[in-house]
Amino acid sequence: MNRRRTSAADFILNQGTTFFALVLFVIVSGIGVVLILDSLPTIREFGLDFWRTSTWDPVAEMFGAAPFIWGTLYSSLLALAISTPISLGVAIFTSELCPNWLKRPVIFTTELLAAIPSIIYGLWGIFVLVPMVRTLQTSLPDWIREIPLFSGPPYGLSMFTAVITLAIMIIPYTSSVAREVLKAVPIAQRETAYALGATRWEVTKVVLYYARVGIVGAVMLGLGRALGETMAVTMVIGNNLQASWSIFAPQYTMASVIANELLEAGTEMHISALIEIALVLFIVTLIVNAASRLLIWRMTRETKRTVVPAAKAVEIA
Amino acid sequence: MSFRLVRRRVTSHVMDALCVLSVVLTLIPLVLILSFVVWKGIGSIDLAFFTQMPKPVGEAGGGMANGIVGTLIIVGMGVIAAVPVGIMSGIYVAQKAGSASADIIRFAADILNGIPSIVIGIFVYGIVVSPFKHFSAIAGGVALGIMMIPLIARTTEELIRLVPTSMMEGALALGATRGRAMFTVVLPAALPGIVTGIVLAIARIAGETAPLLFTSFSNQFFSTDVTQPMAALTVQIYTYAISPYDDWHRLAWAGALVLILLVLSCSVMARFATRRLERMHGGGL
Repeated sequence: MNRRRTSAADFILNQGTTFFALVLFVIVSGIGVVLILDSLPTIREFGLDFWRTSTWDPVAEMFGAAPFIWGTLYSSLLALAISTPISLGVAIFTSELCPNWLKRPVIFTTELLAAIPSIIYGLWGIFVLVPMVRTLQTSLPDWIREIPLFSGPPYGLSMFTAVITLAIMIIPYTSSVAREVLKAVPIAQRETAYALGATRWEVTKVVLYYARVGIVGAVMLGLGRALGETMAVTMVIGNNLQASWSIFAPQYTMASVIANELLEAGTEMHISALIEIALVLFIVTLIVNAASRLLIWRMTRETKRTVVPAAKAVEIA
Repeated sequence: MSFRLVRRRVTSHVMDALCVLSVVLTLIPLVLILSFVVWKGIGSIDLAFFTQMPKPVGEAGGGMANGIVGTLIIVGMGVIAAVPVGIMSGIYVAQKAGSASADIIRFAADILNGIPSIVIGIFVYGIVVSPFKHFSAIAGGVALGIMMIPLIARTTEELIRLVPTSMMEGALALGATRGRAMFTVVLPAALPGIVTGIVLAIARIAGETAPLLFTSFSNQFFSTDVTQPMAALTVQIYTYAISPYDDWHRLAWAGALVLILLVLSCSVMARFATRRLERMHGGGL
């Protein structure tokens, strides 16, 4: 009786866990395979032209995805430009400046931003941010509104609105990973700099330089989030096929076109075109995330060996 | 003091101030969003909101009973699907730590965690919805389950590795096989933390909309049949938010308040539990 029970536990430990680990692996590779198979019709029909042309006309079965690529890249990179300095500021504050009693509350509240569902960002974007952007745009002086970057009628639903929303959404991700990375920098690095008479900012620069690889990883993690964000962006970006440099123009992203059109797609080609967009989104986020993990892992692995004795030394002292 | 030293000190203080400013800039949207959802939503929350169905456009009142129940059912199915896969593959990685196969599985979990939710929605649409030509709550549950797996797997792995090896060794020394030691000694020790991780994962996926759009779809009627399309709170908020009707906007805000309370209470509860666990383990977790 007893023997049978223990052998069951061993069976589960060996075969059972292997089976479920395989399930996990099959799901991940299955996503790639299914997306490729389901997008074969448009891959065969259009080849690379799918990504180079910008006519998107489901009725005429003309599919060119360039405007979506543009919208996704433009919105993600602008959002990164805003969120990166702010996230680094938050990370530096929590790891270098903050008094101990304030640390937990600050980390807790900034990370709450990540807990808010994207649909709520979208709802808030539509009813609060969009009118604000409209007011901002109409109050700009004429000479600014003539610059191509800021031109166009004040819709409110625009690239700019999407960028602000995205930036807010990725700050908690980038800042929490950046904080972990800064924490992994050996204390000796800081103490040496202080001993040489550096000011706090100069010490922080040393720390940032030491942690640069991991920080790039943290920023890329945010990029991965931004590229795939769907609901909030779809609700505020305006969903307009015209790619434009203007940040006040309504535009379109890869994730948004899938969310908007898949349910209405009637033809096989249309569905296939949308799935091909999902395939590329999958590949791009896979590369960005893999690179980001690799960088963060390299950073924390390198320092793990040195950080432990340093921390121990401080404790003992 | 030399001019140079003054300049260095001033730079340092300016940078300190900029760091504080970025924390403030992060907190402003948080406060704005939370207060706006509460302000706009609180007026429409009453008993009817939880017990009644949405009314047609033009009629005031009504609730989102179908969406609230739908979200609970779909999330519940996701949990049932994800917990075995997540916990078992987490044990696998912790067991074989250092081996190539463990690294591959851990990497696969990380990749899965980074895949945009809309892509997961398309995948489930491709394997569950389009072969049967039929939207169903089950498909929605599968999509949410897939999103939960990597979260649960990583938590399980980390918590099992935090259980002191002496516990495993003690059980082995008493004659237990590895399997028995894992499931009767190590796993129970890690369990409170794993449960906390599952609650956090629920908080993450309960607010998902994109993977449900083409899987559980939506349903304007009350339904508990998991083989049929089912309303979810998030999808309903989306539909109402982009509609032109004021009554529906009102419902969207009320729905958002309910959703945010659900998600934040899960998330806050899990965090407090983590803190208690940390204290119990003397900062070991």
